[in-house]
Amino acid sequence: MDMKTVYVSALDKMMAEDKHVVVLDADLGRSIGPRSLYAKYPNQCFEAGIAEQDMASIAAGMASYDFKPWIETFTPFATRRICDQVTISIAYAKRNVKIVGSDPGITAELNGGTHMSFEDFGVLRSVPDIVLFEAADEVELAKALPVINDYEGCVYLRLFRKELPKIYDDNYKFDLFKVSTLREGKDLTIFASGIMVHDALEAAKLLAEQGVDAEVVNVHTIKPIDREGVIAAARKTGAVLTVENHNVIGGLHSAVLEALAEEKLPVCAVGVQDRFGEVGKMPYLRKVLGLTVEDVVEKAKKAVALK
Amino acid sequence: MSTDLKALCRELRADTVECIGSIGRGHMGGCLSAIELLAVLYFEEMNIDPKNPKMKGRDRFICSKGHAGPAVYATLSKRGYFDRSLLYTLNQGGTSLPSHCDMLRTPGIDMTAGSLGQGFSCAAGAALASKLEGDGATVYTLIGDGESQEGQIWEAAMFAAARKLDNLVGFTDYNKLQLDAPVSEVCDIAPLADKWAAFGWNVIDVADGNDPYQVKDAVEKAKANRGSGKPTMVILNTKKGCGVSFVEAMGANNHHIDLSKDDMQRALDEIKGGAN
Repeated sequence: MDMKTVYVSALDKMMAEDKHVVVLDADLGRSIGPRSLYAKYPNQCFEAGIAEQDMASIAAGMASYDFKPWIETFTPFATRRICDQVTISIAYAKRNVKIVGSDPGITAELNGGTHMSFEDFGVLRSVPDIVLFEAADEVELAKALPVINDYEGCVYLRLFRKELPKIYDDNYKFDLFKVSTLREGKDLTIFASGIMVHDALEAAKLLAEQGVDAEVVNVHTIKPIDREGVIAAARKTGAVLTVENHNVIGGLHSAVLEALAEEKLPVCAVGVQDRFGEVGKMPYLRKVLGLTVEDVVEKAKKAVALK
Repeated sequence: MSTDLKALCRELRADTVECIGSIGRGHMGGCLSAIELLAVLYFEEMNIDPKNPKMKGRDRFICSKGHAGPAVYATLSKRGYFDRSLLYTLNQGGTSLPSHCDMLRTPGIDMTAGSLGQGFSCAAGAALASKLEGDGATVYTLIGDGESQEGQIWEAAMFAAARKLDNLVGFTDYNKLQLDAPVSEVCDIAPLADKWAAFGWNVIDVADGNDPYQVKDAVEKAKANRGSGKPTMVILNTKKGCGVSFVEAMGANNHHIDLSKDDMQRALDEIKGGAN
């Protein structure tokens, strides 16, 4: 199932159960999905128009009235464009607003560099009191959405709209604030997030064929990062690789480095090397930006060699 | 409530001066221009309970020009939300009265504001929420004339009109001055009434926004617009620094000023002398 369908079904259920759950769009409701809920919930779905700043502060005002707004737009507009509104109206005022950023990083594909934000986590990671989350597959997304809705505070959710290979089954015990270990290993620990989690698992298979036993850990919540979980998983193997669809500055790599600042072990990175995106399909973008499974394998071996 | 509004405004003005004087500097100009509105709203018009600041269904006031905090605090304390002695803690470390309004720190503050333009959108959100709850509340919000240069103000103006938020009453503190220079020189917002009308709002132009009786009349007209399907903007033609002649005389330089103990006394003498 595509992630958009999972997201819309979860919102449908949440709005049916609680009339204080509302959705605000900035003219991307059809792209991201909830526009299909407007007819069913006329008093819970609102267009702010192409006015993302207004949308964020309107949501904060509704939250001051104990509503639980979900606002949504593409990742660059949900973060860098409205950074001040998110910071002051929502985070500083501790308003219970959920922010959905759709089409993270290379998944912006044909919208190109203007829409391809590799800095969204970085922009919000330096603002206090915002939880930053990205699901690795549809099962994790489905489990996370009600938890996020119940969480009293601001959460930024990076949402890939299309289908991803399934990683989890329904028995998955999701904890918003704990990392999830997907594969045990002893030679290095790969911390991955979002769409790159599956690639990390694929890389681990190739590494196993080459005699490298990789542990793969899904860091779905990069803030607050599960510091203890990250340190324990890193210490277990003594070498670390981070894998993310984001600039290596400001995202998962930075968060893991901060957690491991007092550890003596190598921390290598697969991620965007501080450059802008460009238009293209995902296979092309993975190649030019160094986000292929082969890149993960190569950097993993480098991390092991640095031990 | 029947109040001698002019006497009340003198008291609020004096308390605002003392509040800012306690730390020796602050946003004097834009606090003093807004006193009459605060007096009318909190003492005459709003459905509120100082003993129950979070009362359900209460009317709300969002001070989008958040730097008018000290004037709001003087009003809240006079109205009984907290002890007057707190006014002397303005901007001291650990205070519950920060320069800009903060809903998490101060009883009676309905929304945090300070980054200009945002509180106005928050007020539109609150007005929408009130409509959804059907609680009959009115949401009042105050913006500055300089603040009206923010694009977000006009985003919210469109939203409020499109959603027919006739329970939203905005006020523009049109004192014609902003931090750098007169508004007309920095980036003029005139013709202001025409702009709001063009954005689909009822507009009430108050010739003297520092005459509490004119303000009260305007608020009552704004309230009567409920049912019109349009939000209302009340343009208050005010004087920045109103009531303290040496502050008024500073013109655009009075946005944020030092206030020595002597200056404070001079200001208080003038206010209490009834020069206003």
